Parts: sequence; C-alpha cells; structure tokens
Amino acid sequence: MAGNSILGVFAKSPIKPLEQHMRLVTKCCNHLTPFFIACFENNWDEASKVRQSISKAEKEADALKRQLRLELPGGLFMPVNRADVLELLTQQDKIANKTKDIAGRILGRELAIPKSLQENFTAYVTRNIDATEKAADAINELDDLLETGFRGREIQLIEKMINQLDLIEDDTDSMQIALRRNLLAIEKDLNPVDVMFIYQIIEWVGDLADLAERVGSRLEIMLAR
Amino acid sequence: MEILTSYSTILVLLAAAVGFFMAWGIGANDVANAMGTSVGSKALTIKQAIIIAMIFEFAGAYLAGGEVTSTIRKGIIDSSYFVDTPELLVFGMISALLAAATWLLVASALGWPVSTTHSIVGAIIGFAAIGVSPDAVVWSKVLGIVGSWIVTPLISGVIAFIIFNSAQKLIFDHNDPVKQARRWVPFYMFLAGFILSLVTIKKGLKHIGLHVGSAEGFYYAIAIAIVVAVIGKVFVNRIKFDETADKKEHYANVEKVFAVLMVVTACAMAFAHGSNDVANAIGPLAAVVSIVSNNGEIGSKAALVWWILPLGGIGIVLGLAVFGKRVIATIGQGITHLTPSRGFAAELAAASTVVIASGTGLPISTTQTLVGAVLGVGMARGIAAINLGVVRNIVISWVITLPIGAGLAIIFFWILKAVFN
Repeated sequence: MAGNSILGVFAKSPIKPLEQHMRLVTKCCNHLTPFFIACFENNWDEASKVRQSISKAEKEADALKRQLRLELPGGLFMPVNRADVLELLTQQDKIANKTKDIAGRILGRELAIPKSLQENFTAYVTRNIDATEKAADAINELDDLLETGFRGREIQLIEKMINQLDLIEDDTDSMQIALRRNLLAIEKDLNPVDVMFIYQIIEWVGDLADLAERVGSRLEIMLAR
Repeated sequence: MEILTSYSTILVLLAAAVGFFMAWGIGANDVANAMGTSVGSKALTIKQAIIIAMIFEFAGAYLAGGEVTSTIRKGIIDSSYFVDTPELLVFGMISALLAAATWLLVASALGWPVSTTHSIVGAIIGFAAIGVSPDAVVWSKVLGIVGSWIVTPLISGVIAFIIFNSAQKLIFDHNDPVKQARRWVPFYMFLAGFILSLVTIKKGLKHIGLHVGSAEGFYYAIAIAIVVAVIGKVFVNRIKFDETADKKEHYANVEKVFAVLMVVTACAMAFAHGSNDVANAIGPLAAVVSIVSNNGEIGSKAALVWWILPLGGIGIVLGLAVFGKRVIATIGQGITHLTPSRGFAAELAAASTVVIASGTGLPISTTQTLVGAVLGVGMARGIAAINLGVVRNIVISWVITLPIGAGLAIIFFWILKAVFN
C-alpha cells in the first residue's frame, strides 16, 4: 500500500549521512593524538593498536560514503545541488584517507620524530585536527540550515565558521614553515632516509588542514546558489 | 421508462451499494494521503489521526460536499440529451461508479497511486461520449475540470511556497525562533480556520438547508477563525519547553509549536478531502436517485436527497475505521524527513486550494494538490530530498486513469444495458 501514497515522494535526506560521515572522519583524525604520543614513547604496540582504530573508522567512513552515493540517485529534487553534495563527500573522505596514510607510513617505518621537534610537532598535529573539527562543526550546521530553508542567520553563522577555518589553516602553514626550519637545522645529524620521510609526514599532516579548508569551501559553494 | 419504474428499487439499491463501496474505498485509501503527512511528521499518533479524519472527513463531506456532488451529478453530462431515454443516464451513472470502484480496487491492490476523481470523471465521460454520443458530454465543462487538474497543483504549490517563505521570514530567521513561533503560529491557525469556515458557510450550508447572508457569513467565518486561533494559542502556551536547551535544540522547540499547528491543518486537510472527494462516490448516486424518484424525469433543479451526503460521509468514515489504520501506519513509517514546520505549509496550502475548489464545484484530486504543495515547499528549499521519479509515476498514473476509467465504464454500460433490456 505504501506505493499508493504521496509519501513515496519524500526521498531519504542526504544531510544526516553527510554529517555522520564527517563525524567518522574527525573520529579518525582525533586518533592521531594518541598515535603520536605512542610514537614519541617508541611504544609501537600501542601505536599499531591506535592505527587499527584509525583504519576501522576510515573503513566505516568509506562504507557510509558508498551508501550515501547509492542513495543519491539522479532525479532527486534537493535544496542543494546533488553534484555539490557528492563533491563535499569526496573531500570529507580524503581527510580520513590522509589520516590513515600518515599512521600507516609512520608505523611502517617505525619512524622516530627527533626529540627536539616533538613539542612543536604535537602542537602542529593538534592545530591540524582543530581545522578538521572546525570543518565538522560547519558541516554539523547543515541540518539547522535545512530547518531554516538555507538562508538567513544560519548562513552567516556558517560563513563565520569557514572564516575561522581559514585562519586555523593559515596558522598551520606558519607552523609547518617553522617545523621545517627546525628540521633543516638538525637534519645533518639524522639518517637521511628518515629525514625525507619526516618532511613527507610534516607535509601530510599539513594536508589535513588544507583538506579541511577545501571541505569548507565546497560547503560554501554548495550554499551559494 | 418502464425499465425505471419496474426496476426502480433495484437500481437505487445497486447505485447506493456501489456508491457506498466507493466512499469506503476513498476512506480506506485516499485518506492516508491526506493524513499521512501529519502522522509522518509525528505531529499526531495514528489513533489521533484517525479520530480527526473521521470527524472532519464527515463534516467536510456533509457540510461542503454539495457543490462538487452536483457537478459530478449533472455538470459533466448534458442532461437534455437524455430526456427521452433517462434509463441510459441511470445505467451510465451506475456503470461509471462500478468502473471507478473496480479500477480503484485494482490499483490499490497493485499499490498504484490513482486518483478517485480522475477515475470517476473519466468513467462518466467514457460512457456518455462512447456509449451514447459525444454530444452528450458538456465538453466546455470537461475542459474546465481537466484544466483545473493542472492549475490546482500549481496554485497550491505557489501558496505552499509563500506560506513556507513567510514562516522562514517570520519565525526561523530570528534570534529567538521559539518566541516568534509562539507569536505567529496562532495566526496561521486563524488563516486555516477562516478559509475553511468561509467556504463552508458560503457554499456548503445551503445544501443542508441553512442560508446565511454574504456579509454575515464573512463575520461568522472570522469569528470561527478567532475561536480556532485562541484555542490554538492556549495549547501553544501549554507546551513545555526545554528551557535549558542551547541553540541546537532551539529548532526542536520550534517544531513542537508547529506540531500544534499541524493538528489544525490536519483537520483542515481531512475536511477539504471530505468536501471534494465524497462527490466521487455519491455524485453518480445522486443522479440515479433523482431520476428514479422523479419517475424518469430529469429535473436539473431537483435538490440533493437528504440521505445521500451522510451516506457518503459514513462510507468514508467506515473505510477509515477498517483499513485506515494499516494504511496510515505503513506510510507514516516511510517518511522521516518531513518536520511539522514543512508539513503544515504543505497541508495548509493544499487544504485551502481543495476547499476553494470544492466551493466552486470543481472535482479535483486531493493528492495531486498535496503533491503540488510539497513541491512548492521544496522550491523554497525546505525539504531535503524529493524523489522526482516518484512524482513522475504519480502523474503518469493519473493520466492513464482517465482512459481506463472510461473504458471500464463503457464495458459496464453495455453489460447493464443488455441485462435490463
């Protein structure tokens, strides 16, 4: 009998799954803090355990991504562009992938971050995670946006969040420059191959904030119509 | 002529039985569309929805169903064509009822969303144009009816768009949406109460023998609307809000206010549905009864026999009581993303459009109007996702209903003619 009604007209909302996906992505990122603590202590057993949680969260995010794509057929009439939703989803997912890559690379090489860099490095990681959290906050406003019909105060609120996100990303950029300079100062005393990978890890961690910023700008594009 | 006098009781009983069955089918099936949005958005429980539907469907059918009934009964067909052969009109109306009821049954069993209005109008046109003569149909009137099927969803879509936009401006785009909702929601209740009572007083009451002057009617409507708004206001004030709620839960509180409003619009929707759709079942019956009781004389002036409107009303209510629960439960689960603030806009727009159409005697499709209203809210970016594929299927099923209703009516018409001759 369900077909015999108007209610088939309502399709499943993409908003909630999008928020859910972003929550999984930040969960993934937040594991990086205990992961690096374990790395700094050379506790590779613990690090490997944390990496498994990262990998698990990343897989869940992947599954959700696939499901959402399947549930978003053409021929939907939505307040936001379908292509924008899918693009936003892709950007969100890249953050989780990058997190997994970072953990995998460090664990694979049992890469030690030099003692003198550790303090700055931790701050750098935290700031990058902040960026992803900020992006998640903005994504979390989507259901309120839907409630208000994608206009008015809520839009301004999100714009403010995206501005803050940009500021955090600027922060991480200058932190990255400082970190690299510190590494340059001590690199001649280190194993050259390790140094190469430390540079790479610094770059990848910085990518988290870049990707978060891109999530923010995709969101902006989605809302600007 | 002799046919009518010798078989008069059988013919009336047959028409009454099929008409009643048809009303029952409308109650069981169609009403779910009218009430489903309320249950789906959790503004009402299934039990509450059924009780509201029973009361207001009956009231709508009885108080405001007269105009559409007379259109179906004598508007589509040129009765002067049947002056010499009134039995053909009787057979035709009965076969139209049979055809519409059969098609409704088949479509329900297969889960297709069909319109009772389209099937009955198609059936009447079918038997008259093919079974008798194309000249027997008042094509200008038919054109108007079919045109209204395109215009009414548009109108209700535009109204829904405006209503939802006004709610955004007045309520959502403020620092304290809860306060704004408390202030403005009674106003929407006033609007619903006003339109409904105005149409009923202007157009409906004369069928039950009450005559109200036009200025008087206007004042009565305002008075009733104020009563509705005041009662609504009392209920809104009694809502317990989670005062500690932060901004996030703000909108949940706003929705609670809208849930009260949705009870009012659900009543309006049930009333509007009853007022328009009851005619699909009892319009042909009314024609049959009037011809038979006048011994074959087709008096277009004849008033509606008193028991016909209540018969249709009771049929709808019974259909609701028996099957409504299951149907509403099924569709209520299928819908998760329609909040009361959207549901009310769609329902208020659809109910207003349908009731106004009922007042002017146009048989339109309630579901079609509601779909138009939902799309209107969607245009205002209020609904997360609307499945246009399903909308297309609904439109297609409405279009194919016309020829199928017509074809079935022709077949039944020939059978009846053969049996009674």
